[in-house]
Amino acid sequence: MQMEPTEPEEIKLNMTAMIDIVFQLLVFFIMTFKVVAMEGDFNVKMPLAGDTANDMDTVLPDLIVVELIAGTNGAINSIVADGETFSDQNMYIDLTKFIEQRIAGEGNPEDAADTEVEFDIDYGLKYSFTVKAIEAVSGKVLPDGTIKKLIQKVKFKDNSN
Amino acid sequence: MKIKRRKTEILEGDLTPMIDMTFQLIAFFMLLINFSEVDRAEEITLPTSVLAVPPEVRPDYQIILNLEPGGSVKHEGQAIEKIEFLGPIFTQQLNAAAREGVTDPAEIAVIIRSHQDTPTGLVQELISKCQESELQSFSLRVKEKVGGG
Repeated sequence: MQMEPTEPEEIKLNMTAMIDIVFQLLVFFIMTFKVVAMEGDFNVKMPLAGDTANDMDTVLPDLIVVELIAGTNGAINSIVADGETFSDQNMYIDLTKFIEQRIAGEGNPEDAADTEVEFDIDYGLKYSFTVKAIEAVSGKVLPDGTIKKLIQKVKFKDNSN
Repeated sequence: MKIKRRKTEILEGDLTPMIDMTFQLIAFFMLLINFSEVDRAEEITLPTSVLAVPPEVRPDYQIILNLEPGGSVKHEGQAIEKIEFLGPIFTQQLNAAAREGVTDPAEIAVIIRSHQDTPTGLVQELISKCQESELQSFSLRVKEKVGGG
């Protein structure tokens, strides 16, 4: 008996179901995708009250007290830095200049690095103005785009009492 | 004249390049999807700053607190109406940190994401509440402002 040669059949996979699922996944990821803005931090050290008080040998750093005074609707009214008042539109720039002068007066850069700013802030002052003040003492952006760092140690005055 | 019926043929386009592209798109979105949304309360508008830089090293343990202008706090998707009620949350977090090997509360970073219109007094109240649980390392989170000035 002579066997007839069988023609090889082309095997075809049904891709429809897979493509459906893949498209559904794609739609899900597109719908849930969000462009998230970059976020950064300002570090605030708030040691507990007893930590430094007990240690008599601790050398207290040079402290600059900055008062942020609120006006109407929680906006900033004026800034008082070690008794010097800034109240015009450029108050944050003036604060940065004041800090720069203070640091320059320290002479030794290591002493400048130890300088600390304590913020005494009115309760109702909007947080955005506080952040601007922290930014003003932390550094400034130079014309070439680089950042000049000023004070790195920031704390809040305890107004709870 | 008799018209010959033509045999209908099924036309099949080559779907391979489209499937390839679709898979690449899926891979792209899967890599970029952010599952940490629970830590960020979307309704909070952070203040902006040119100087704030993203942290280079992630702390060993961190607690993220989202503070709204009204004084309510959102933590891991849970809303806490008042700052005073945060005590048990901190206890839970301190225990969780201890299980991960961070036993000193001073090593735990508290990240405060406060709305730009929140009175600063509330931020200070939140810090004081954290201090009651011996937390002392705080980071004020702000949105990075591109372009400077």
